[in-house]
Amino acid sequence: MSQVISLHRREEELIKEIAELSEQNFYACYQCGKCTSACPLTFAMDEPPHQILRFLQLGQAKRLIESRSPWACIGCLSCATYCPKGVDLARIMEALRTVHLRRLDAPFCYTQDDGERLSTLPQSALVAALRKVTW
Amino acid sequence: MSEEKKTFGYYPGCELRNRVKGLDLSARRACRALGIRLKELKDWTCCGGLVPQVKDNYMGFLAPARILVEAHAQGFDELMTLCTFCFNTLRRAAFFLQGHAEARKRLELFLGVEGLPRVKVIHLLEVLRDHVGLDRLRESVQRPLKGLRVAPYYGCLLLRPAQEIKLDNPEAPTLIEVILEALGCEVTDFSSKTDCCGSYHIVTNGQVAGQCSDLILRSAVKSKADMLVAMCPLCQFNLDWRQKQTRTAPLPVVYFPQLLALALGEPVDTLGVAEPAATALSALGSPT
Amino acid sequence: MARQESLAVVKEPETPAEETARIHIMGKSYVVPAGLTILKAMEYAGYRLVRGVGCRGGFCGACATVYRKAGDFRLYVGLACQTGIADGMYLTQIPFYPAPKPLYDIHRLSAGGETIFRFFPEVARCIQCNTCTKVCPQGLDVMRYIAAAQQGDFKRVAELSFDCIACGLCVSRCPGEIAHYHVGLLARRLYAAHLTPKAIHLRTRLGEIQEGRFSKEVETFCKMDRQSLQRLYAQRAIEPEEEVALPGKSNSDED
Repeated sequence: MSQVISLHRREEELIKEIAELSEQNFYACYQCGKCTSACPLTFAMDEPPHQILRFLQLGQAKRLIESRSPWACIGCLSCATYCPKGVDLARIMEALRTVHLRRLDAPFCYTQDDGERLSTLPQSALVAALRKVTW
Repeated sequence: MSEEKKTFGYYPGCELRNRVKGLDLSARRACRALGIRLKELKDWTCCGGLVPQVKDNYMGFLAPARILVEAHAQGFDELMTLCTFCFNTLRRAAFFLQGHAEARKRLELFLGVEGLPRVKVIHLLEVLRDHVGLDRLRESVQRPLKGLRVAPYYGCLLLRPAQEIKLDNPEAPTLIEVILEALGCEVTDFSSKTDCCGSYHIVTNGQVAGQCSDLILRSAVKSKADMLVAMCPLCQFNLDWRQKQTRTAPLPVVYFPQLLALALGEPVDTLGVAEPAATALSALGSPT
Repeated sequence: MARQESLAVVKEPETPAEETARIHIMGKSYVVPAGLTILKAMEYAGYRLVRGVGCRGGFCGACATVYRKAGDFRLYVGLACQTGIADGMYLTQIPFYPAPKPLYDIHRLSAGGETIFRFFPEVARCIQCNTCTKVCPQGLDVMRYIAAAQQGDFKRVAELSFDCIACGLCVSRCPGEIAHYHVGLLARRLYAAHLTPKAIHLRTRLGEIQEGRFSKEVETFCKMDRQSLQRLYAQRAIEPEEEVALPGKSNSDED
């Protein structure tokens, strides 16, 4: 029982952290799904964008933290452009990435062997990627 | 329209120094043809690539803030950019810093400056629209790009977030179309013109970027365009990369300033146009 | 501030020899004669330095030291052999900081920004915080030479980083985990190997030597005694130095 309570508290704290980092009111979302239909990267996500918002509303932090969707989001702001309630989902995705990165968890890292490939890529992509997905 | 020479501060960005010199070159030539002087910011540093989108990541604003401070110190109140990443980052940072006293205070302390300056970050498209004007642009065309069917691709960062960038309608933009038509092009309409090319997924997961680019290419091909007009070096790279990977019949990708300079009478071989777009554009002939 | 102090020529002690200063080396207090350099103070305190000491003349960069002063929040840096101690100083040496050396054949590399990213992709992680510049005991504009390297402007890197002594303090403080001095070294090598104009007269002269044009003279010199050689050397004609304008990529700021 005590374990359940402590887990619950941690989840609550995480939801609060995401709210503070993103400065978004995710309770404004009424699940119309426009963000998901506008998102060009849903194919690379395990949870569609509107589902991320639903998890936040329901306080299901564990599923949020386990989802790899924030890493698929690149902040093109299609969702925010089409949202009828003015929720900037890209900020929420970045807040989720930030939560991971500040706990030294990142899905992408390179080694010396990748240098050859990386040197052929645009610098803007390197700068952006290393800022957004490495700690 | 007055013919006096207007000088703009110019921030090229690192991509234009390395892989895409043609973008820088063609924009400089086009501006010279239009009587616009570009004065490059001295000893500029990286723009930062993207702005942070969480509340307390002030360090992420250091790079663009430093450029704004430098620009002001070098006497520029307007800074022109070409690369969409630089434009978006600098413009959003300037917007953010004006509205956030706390961030301003912290960055001023860290940078050791008194008061972050107000520098207007602008794009070449705005220079053409607001400073040159469509009428004068139409008059300046030496080689109308008649018979060239182009698909204008905006990408995501050039327009969004609309409330901060304020360049054009983020859902149905027309700015590039209007300018290209003034140059004599035939512009096609395609549904993916504001979609994302996959951006930095080219670094972390190339297949994801490829799939995003694929949708854009299909949509542009379906509109029966001869070539696609890109604004951003990263979009161009991703679209070309996808085409090389799939070995489909190529849709040439050309940068907007290259078409602009070409229409203004600059020879195509001086604009750094890559193949296969170079061959296609050479067929247009000499200025009239 | 740190920079001026570290570059200042070490002064002879102005105070009488019996005056002392209390300094803290790696957290332990020592009373040492005032007016010593950090290096001499450490040795006075009993340290036998194997690493963290080198030329003792401010050139080799082996004795990079970080310190704080009493009542001052800032972190200062200096070369231990060049920096004088002060009462209340807290210090430690950083003789080496991990920064792996990449291996490359300079002649097989392209002289563009992409080569920098091939060996040092983390250059893209620079957030322009300028901490590297603040910590450089040589007073170099480290952040700007990294920016120039990113832009593939190796001439500018060579200009800005020429006095680097590879002490590694920049590496120790970088939030982007860049190995600045290796980046600067690669850029300078690329500049020298690919971008500086080749000396035509040197190539011509080497060809002449190989063809044996001077063999006879060399033979004569070899047979000469020491005195005659010295006399000849003193009498040699010295060509006046010519001002040669080197063609180079100028980062033109106007169009």
